Amino acid sequence: MLMYVVRRLLQAVPVVIGTTFLIYFMVFAMPGDPILAMFGDKTPNQATYDALAAQYHLDQPFLVQYGLYMKDLFSGNLGTTFSGQSVGEVLARTFPVTLKLAAMAIALEFSLAVVLGLFAGLRKGKLFDNVTLVIGLVMLSVPIFVLGFLAQYFVAIKWGWASPTVGSDTSISNMWLPAVVLALSLFTTSMRLMRGTVIDTRSRDFVRTAYAKGLPGRRVIPVHVLRNSLIPVVTNSAANFGVLMVGATVTEGIFNVPGVGNTLYQAIIRGEGPTVVSFVTVMVLAYVVINILVDLLYAVLDPRIRYA
Amino acid sequence: MPKPEHYVAPFDENEMAEVDKVKLNEKPSNLWSDAWRSLRRRPLFYVSLVTVLIIVLMALFPTLFTSVSPTDNCQLANSNGGPTEGHPMGFTRQGCDVYARVVWGARTSLAVGLLATAISGVVGVIMGALAGFYGGWVDSVLSRLGDIFFSIPYILAAVVVMSVLADYRSVWTLAFAIGGFAWASLARILRSEILRVKSGDFVMASIATGRTRFSTLVSHVLPNSITPVIVYLTLSLGGAIVAEATLSFLGVGLPTTVMSWGNDISAAQTSLRTAPMTLIWPSIFLTVTVLAFITLGELVRDALDPKARARG
Amino acid sequence: MTQETTPVTDTAEPLVSIKDLEIGFQTGNGFVQAVKGVSFDIFPGETVAIVGESGSGKSTTATGIIDLLPSNGRITGGQVVFGGKDLTKASKQEIVRIRGREIGYVPQDPMSNLNPVWSVGFQVREAVLANNMAKNKKDADKRAIEVLQEAGLADAERRMKQFPHQFSGGMRQRVLIGIGLAADPKLLIADEPTSALDVTVQRVILDHLESLTREKNTALLLITHDLGLAAERASKVIVMYQGKIVEAGPSLDLLQNPQHPYTKRLIAAAPSLASQRLKSSKVSAVEAPQGDEIDLAAASAHRHEVVEQADHAGTPAIEVKDLTKVFSIRRGSFRSEPFTAVDKVNFQVPRGTTMALVGESGSGKSTVAKMVLGLETATEGEILIGGKDATALNREEMLAHRRRMQPVFQDPYGSLDPMRSIGSIIQEPLDVHKIGDRKERENRVNEVIDEVALPRTVLSRYPNELSGGQRQRIAIARALALKPDVVILDEAVSALDVLVQAQILQLLADLQEELGLTYLFITHDLAVVRVVADDVAVMERGKIVEHGKVEEIFSNAQTEYTQKLLDAIPGANIPLGA
Repeated sequence: MLMYVVRRLLQAVPVVIGTTFLIYFMVFAMPGDPILAMFGDKTPNQATYDALAAQYHLDQPFLVQYGLYMKDLFSGNLGTTFSGQSVGEVLARTFPVTLKLAAMAIALEFSLAVVLGLFAGLRKGKLFDNVTLVIGLVMLSVPIFVLGFLAQYFVAIKWGWASPTVGSDTSISNMWLPAVVLALSLFTTSMRLMRGTVIDTRSRDFVRTAYAKGLPGRRVIPVHVLRNSLIPVVTNSAANFGVLMVGATVTEGIFNVPGVGNTLYQAIIRGEGPTVVSFVTVMVLAYVVINILVDLLYAVLDPRIRYA
Repeated sequence: MPKPEHYVAPFDENEMAEVDKVKLNEKPSNLWSDAWRSLRRRPLFYVSLVTVLIIVLMALFPTLFTSVSPTDNCQLANSNGGPTEGHPMGFTRQGCDVYARVVWGARTSLAVGLLATAISGVVGVIMGALAGFYGGWVDSVLSRLGDIFFSIPYILAAVVVMSVLADYRSVWTLAFAIGGFAWASLARILRSEILRVKSGDFVMASIATGRTRFSTLVSHVLPNSITPVIVYLTLSLGGAIVAEATLSFLGVGLPTTVMSWGNDISAAQTSLRTAPMTLIWPSIFLTVTVLAFITLGELVRDALDPKARARG
Repeated sequence: MTQETTPVTDTAEPLVSIKDLEIGFQTGNGFVQAVKGVSFDIFPGETVAIVGESGSGKSTTATGIIDLLPSNGRITGGQVVFGGKDLTKASKQEIVRIRGREIGYVPQDPMSNLNPVWSVGFQVREAVLANNMAKNKKDADKRAIEVLQEAGLADAERRMKQFPHQFSGGMRQRVLIGIGLAADPKLLIADEPTSALDVTVQRVILDHLESLTREKNTALLLITHDLGLAAERASKVIVMYQGKIVEAGPSLDLLQNPQHPYTKRLIAAAPSLASQRLKSSKVSAVEAPQGDEIDLAAASAHRHEVVEQADHAGTPAIEVKDLTKVFSIRRGSFRSEPFTAVDKVNFQVPRGTTMALVGESGSGKSTVAKMVLGLETATEGEILIGGKDATALNREEMLAHRRRMQPVFQDPYGSLDPMRSIGSIIQEPLDVHKIGDRKERENRVNEVIDEVALPRTVLSRYPNELSGGQRQRIAIARALALKPDVVILDEAVSALDVLVQAQILQLLADLQEELGLTYLFITHDLAVVRVVADDVAVMERGKIVEHGKVEEIFSNAQTEYTQKLLDAIPGANIPLGA
C-alpha cells in the first residue's frame, strides 16, 4: 500500500509540471503580446501592464519565465486580481464556500447514482430501469446553465421555494438549490455505470457461489453485488470532478454563490485574462489532488491494489 | 445402498447427430449485422435517428424550415414579444424571430460539435492505439501526455485558449480548443480496449503469417477495438455541442455576431424574468439535439454489447 | 418417460431422487430445452459422476438441483426429492436453508468464484454463519480456520486475512471445497472442480476431496467431461448426451462393457483411455469403430506405422540448441529481476514426425513455441529450421521463414479475427506473402477448406457462427494455406470436447501423412501425447527434464516428475484390457 501511495504521488509530479506548463504555454507562447492578448478588446493601463510583465517575468526567456512562475506558484504568490486583491487571499475566502457546495453536490450525486443505479440494475429492462434511463439522459443533455436558469426561474422565482441568489449566507439551507442543480447535472454517468456494473456483477461466478453457500439475497446483494460495484463508480467520480468544476463555475455564477467558481465566472465574463489563468491553474491543481485522493480511495476499496 | 443397475437408454439411430456437424443460420451473422438487427427493433432508435436527421437538414438547409430572416427585419418594437402569426416562438430582446434564429443556429452548433469530435477522435485514436499496441516507452510517454491533458477539464482549457485568442474567435478555433483537450478520455478507453484485444491469439496468428506489427494493428486490432470508440464519439458529439453553448454562454465562445444556440441562450439570460421563453426555446432545441445523440450512443452501446445481446 | 434406473432391492432410501427433471433456457432464439427428462438417485455417502460433453446438460442438471440456474434458466418439469421434499417446488427460504447446510456446492473455476474484495476468512466465515455453524464471530472464526485446515490449507490462521488474489489456483480450489463442506452437508455437488488446474494439482485436490467426503460420509455428485476421471472417482457413472441420460451404471462395468453407441464413441475418443489401451497393447478393447466414429488408439497405432517409414535421416526439420529466454519481472515499482522462463533447451524434430513438448503451466513450453515461431526473441541459443538459423533474420528472410512454419493456437474462440469472414481469414497468409493472383488465391483457399473437411459454404461466414472444433479446423486451414513444412500446435486441441478433439487429432494425423508435415505439439496433457507424438520432451520450470521416444517414457519414466505426470492422467489405473 505504501509503495502504491509513493508511486501514485510520483506519477503526479510530471502531471503537475505538465499541466502548469501547458497552461503557461497556451498563454505565453502564442504569437503577439500575451498581456495584450489576455485583455482582448480592452487595453490595460501602463501600471497594470508593467505589474503583469513583472509578475510573469516577461523579460526572461520562455523556460526561465516558466520556472520563475512555478516558483511563485508554490510559494503562494499567485498574483493579484484586477481589483488589486491578492489571488491567495481571494482563494482563502472563497475556497471553503466552494468546498461546501461541492461536498453537498457530490454527496447527493453519489447517493442518487448508487441507489438509482443499483435498483435499475436489479430491475433491468423493467419500468424503473427505463424511467431512470430517460430522466438520466435528459439531465445529461440539458446544459448546466440551462438547468441552473430553469431551477432559478421556476423553483426560486416562480414558486419561491429557495432564494434565487445565495449571497453571503452560505448555510446549507440557503445553498441547497445550486447543490441540487450540480448533482442533477452529474449523476447520470455514475448511475449508468453503477447499473451496468450491478448487472455484470450479478452474473459473476462468485455471486452464484455466495448463494450456494446458503446466503439469502438480502445479504448477497449488499455484500457481494453492491460492494463490488462501488469500485468503478468511485473511480469514475474522479472524472466527474472535472465536470463538477465547470459546473460549479457556471452554477455559482448563476446563483451568485461567493465561491471560487463565481470568482472565475466573473473574471471570464469581464474578460480579465490574468485572473482567469490564475484561477484555472488553481482549479487544475486541485483536480490533480482530487485525482490522487480518488486513486487512494480506490486502493482502499480494492484489495487487489492494496496488497499488490 | 443398492447396487446400481447398468442402464442403457433405448437407442434411436436418428437421434445421434454427426459429431460437430456444420450448422449455419440462414443469414450470415457478425457483430455489425447482429447489432443492426437489434437496433432495428428499438423504437427509440428511430425517434433519435429522425431527430438527428431533422437537425442535420436544418443545419444544411435552414430555408426549408423558415422563410423568416433571423437577422434582418429585427424591430425593437417586437422586443421580447410573445408569439404572433408567422412567429410561433415570439421575439428576442433585439426583436428578432426566435424560431428563425433557432433554425439558423443549428448549423453553428452542429459544426462545432462535429469538428471538435472529429479532432478529439483523430488525436485520441492515434494516441490510444499507439500507446496500447506498442506498450513500453511509447506507452509511457503517450500515457503521461494523456494524463496531463486528462487533468485539465477541457472546458476550462478552452476557456483559457479562447480568452487568449479573443481576437481570433471562430467555429474553427472553438472546435480546436474543445477537441484539442477532449481526446484524453478517448485515448484511455481505446488504450485499455487495445490491451484486451491484442492479447487475443488472432493477433499473434497474424504476426506469425508475416504481417508487420503496424499492419496487424491497422487490419486486425483496431477494427476489433473500435466499438467503444464509436459509442464514445456519439456521446461526445453531444458533449461538444454542450461545450460550445457553455463557452458561448460564458462569453468566451463564438463572437456574439455568430448565430448559435449558446449565444442566443446567453443573450436571453438578461430577460429571464420577463421573457423566459426566449431562453427556453433555444435550450429545448439544444437539449433535444444532444439528447438524440446521447440516446443513439446508448442504444449503439447496448446493441454492440455482446453480453447484453446474449441475454436477449 | 425414462426407466427406473435403480431397482428397489434394498431398504436404503436415496438421499436425492431426481425424477424426469426438465430444464430450459430463454435465449435470443426462443426457449431452448437443455435437460430433457433426467432421472437418477444418489444414496448417502455415494459418489456419482455425470459425464458429458459441453452442452450435454450435465452442469445444468447439477445447478438445477439447488436452483442456482442463471436468471434465464427455469425448471420446466420433474422433481428433485430431497429429504422427502420436492426442491423444485420449495419456497425461496427453504432453498436458502438447504443450500450450504444440506447440499454444498464446489464450482468449476477457482479464479472467478471467490469475491476479490473480501478476505478469504470473511468468505469462509460467511458460509459458517449462514448455516448456523457458530453462535458468534469468534466461534465462526475458529470454525472457519478448522474448515480451511480440513481442506488442506497449511497455515490457515494466517491465510484467513489474505485475499483471493494472494492464493494460487489450487489453494483457491481448496478454499472453495472448504466452503462447500463448511456446514457438513449431506451432499456435495462438485461441478468440474479441477478442470482449471494443472494435472498434478488436480490429482492432489481430488484425492483430498475423496478422503474428506468418505470421512464425513458425504455423498458426492461429480460433474466432469472426463470419462476416465469419472470412472476412477465414482462408484456410479451417468453419461449424458443432449440433455438425456444415455447410459448409467457401475463405473468399471460401464467402462469395460459400454452398451450405448455414444458411450462407445466417448471411450474410443478419450485420450486417457486410449493411451491406457495402447499401453496394454490391446487396441481392440472396444469394437472397431464405424462411420465417423474415431478410435484414437487404432488411429495412433496406424499413424505410428506410417511415421516409422518416414525419412529420419537428413537435417531435422526443427533443431533447437541451448535455447534460453530471460524475462525481467517487475517487483514493486522500481525493481525488476531476471526470470529464466526457458533454460538451455535442446531438442531435434526429424522431418515428418511429431514431437510433443509437455509441461504444466509456467513450465516455459509456450515460450519455446513462441521463440520458434519468431514471436518472441531468444535471449540465447539457436533455432535451426531445416538447418537454417532463425534467430538472426532480416525482414525478408523472416518472411520466407514464416512461410515454412505456421502456428495453430489453443483458443479456438480467440485465434480467428471475429471481424473477418472465414474466407478472408484463410486467405490472409496468401495476401501477406503476395502469392499468386486473386484467382489462384481463391483456388488455394478452396483447396485447404476441402483438406480440413469443411463445406465451402462456410467461407462467406464469420467465426462466431462455427463451433470450437470447426474454428480449429479453420485455424489449421489458415496454417496450411502457405504449404508449410512445419506446424506448431500450441495446445491446439486442449479446449475441445473429447469427440471433437479426437476428430481434430485424426485430421492432423491424416494431414501429416498426406503432406509430410512436421509437428511441434505443445501440450499439458500427457494422455494426448501418447496417441499423437513420436518423441516427447518433458519440461519443468524452463528445463527439459526428460526427453525420448514416447513408448520409452511411458513404459519407463526416468524422473520422478515425469512419473508424477503419468500417474496424474485420470483413469491411468483402470484396467481396460478385460
